[in-house]
Amino acid sequence: MVASANTRLRLETVRLTALFGQQRAVRDVSLLFPAHTVTAIIGPSGCGKSTLLRCLNRMHELTPDATVVGEVLLDNVNVYARDVNPIELRRRIGMVFQRPTPFPTMSIYDNVAAGLRVNGKRPRRQMDEDVERALRQAALWDEVKDRLRTSALALSGGQQQRLCIARAVAPQPEILLLDEPTASLDPAGTQRIEELCHLLKRVYTIVIVTHNMQQAARVSDYTAFMYLGNLVEVGRTNELFTKPKVEQTEAYITGRFG
Amino acid sequence: MTALVVVLSLIAVLALVVILGDLVVKGASSIDWAFFTKSPVPAGQAGGGVANAIVGTAIVVGMAALIGVPIGVGGGMYLAEYGSGRLGFLVRFIADVLNGTPSIVVGVVAWTFIVKPTHRFSALAGSIALAIPMIPMLARTTEEMVRLVPNSLREAALALGYARWRTSIKVVARTALGGIVTGCLVGIARVAGETAPLLFTALGNLNFTLSVTQPMQTLSLQIYVYATGPFDEWHRLAWASALVLMGLVLVISLTARWITRQRYGRVR
Repeated sequence: MVASANTRLRLETVRLTALFGQQRAVRDVSLLFPAHTVTAIIGPSGCGKSTLLRCLNRMHELTPDATVVGEVLLDNVNVYARDVNPIELRRRIGMVFQRPTPFPTMSIYDNVAAGLRVNGKRPRRQMDEDVERALRQAALWDEVKDRLRTSALALSGGQQQRLCIARAVAPQPEILLLDEPTASLDPAGTQRIEELCHLLKRVYTIVIVTHNMQQAARVSDYTAFMYLGNLVEVGRTNELFTKPKVEQTEAYITGRFG
Repeated sequence: MTALVVVLSLIAVLALVVILGDLVVKGASSIDWAFFTKSPVPAGQAGGGVANAIVGTAIVVGMAALIGVPIGVGGGMYLAEYGSGRLGFLVRFIADVLNGTPSIVVGVVAWTFIVKPTHRFSALAGSIALAIPMIPMLARTTEEMVRLVPNSLREAALALGYARWRTSIKVVARTALGGIVTGCLVGIARVAGETAPLLFTALGNLNFTLSVTQPMQTLSLQIYVYATGPFDEWHRLAWASALVLMGLVLVISLTARWITRQRYGRVR
C-alpha cells in the first residue's frame, strides 16, 4: 500500500449546522480533516459527533425532517451543491457503523462485492482481485479465503466488522468514516480495528467517531472535542490530550464529566 | 387463571381435531385412484371422481396468485419503504377495508364488472375474484415483513452508494424474502378454500376443461354443490373432496412453515 498521489485532497466543513426539525444537533462547526490522517471526534453521548459524521457523506438528510446549513468541502467542491449527486458522493466516501451490518442474505464474497457492483458489471477476474484486495486491507483475507461463498453471518462480531470495513473500502473511496466502529466489539476485536486504522490511513483519509478517549489517543493524529453540538477544541491528538487549551476539554478528558 | 386458559386452548384445538377427524372418517374411504383421475359421472350413478375440480382449483388459484402476488407484494413494499405520506395512509386504509369485505360481495362485484360485460362465466373471472381479497392480505403481511428488516441494513446499503430503489430490491426485499414467501403461501392457502367469490364467476363445471374462458370446477364449488345435493353418492364425494381440500391447504401451510424455519433458523 502506497500513499496515493492525491495528497492535496481535503475534506473540510465550513460553518456546518445540522438540524432535526428546529433542533440544532451540530452548531456552526468548521473543521478540517487533513489527507491521510486519522481525525477522531470525541465527546459525550448526544454531543452531535455522529450527526457531524453523517453530514460528511450526506447520510444525515435521509432522516425525515433533517436538514443542513453550511458547507462540506471535498476537494474544494461543496458536496451540498445542487449538481452533486448524493448517491455518487457516497461511493467516494466509505462508512462503517457502530454495529456490524453484513447483508444477511449474501455470502462473504458478495458482501465485499456489493459496493463494486453498483458501478456496473466488471470482469470476473477483476472482481476477484478487488474482493481479495479489500479483504486484505481489512486484515480478514487469511481468515475467510477458504469460505468466501459461505454466509457472512457465520463470522464473529469482530470479523463481521472487518468485513464491513472491507465492503466500505472495496470501491476504493477517498474518505473512510468510522462511526464508533468498536462499540460492540471485545478488546481483541477492538485492537485489530485500531491497528487497521494505522494501516488504512496511508490510503484513505479517516474520520473516526468514538466516545472512548483512550481509543482516540491511540489511533488518531488529530482530535476534535464536541460538546452540546459545538466544536469546543481541535488540535493534534498528543497536544489536546496533554495540554488542552479549553477548560471544558480538560474536564472531559480527565473524566470530570461526560 | 392458567387452568382457564388451558381449557380454552384445548377447546380451540379440539375443534380442529373434530373437524379433521370427521373428515377422515367420512371422506377417507371414498378416496381411491379413480377419485383423483376421473371426472364426475351423471347423478345417481356410482363411481367417478373429482379430477376436474382438483385441476380446476390448481388453475383458478394459480392464476389468482399470478395476478395477486405481484400487486400485493409490490404494494406492501411500497407501503413499508415509501408509504409514510398521505398516499401511503390512503392505500393502507383501503387495504384494511378490503380485507374486511365479505367474500360474497367480492363475488357479486366480479360478476358485475367481468361476467356481465363479457356475457360468460369463466375461470379467469374466478381468478380475478380470488385475487381481490388476496391483494390487501399480501400487501399487509409483506409490509410487516419488510418493516422487520433493521434500518441499519438500509443505511449500510445507502452508505455504499446504493440508490433507494436498489436498496429496496437488493437488500431489503432479499432479507425479507422468507417472510414474504410465507405470507404469499398463507394467502394462497386462504383463497384456495374460498367458495363465495367463485359462485358467480367460475360457476362450476361437471366436465373436465382446461379452457380458462369457460366455466371451471373447483374443489370448494364441488363441495358446495355435492353437499347440498340430494344423493348419498354426492355426499360421499363431498366429504372426500373436503378432505382433499383440507389436505391441500395443510400442505401449503406446512411448506410456508418450512420456508420460514429455513430462513430464520439460519439467521440468528
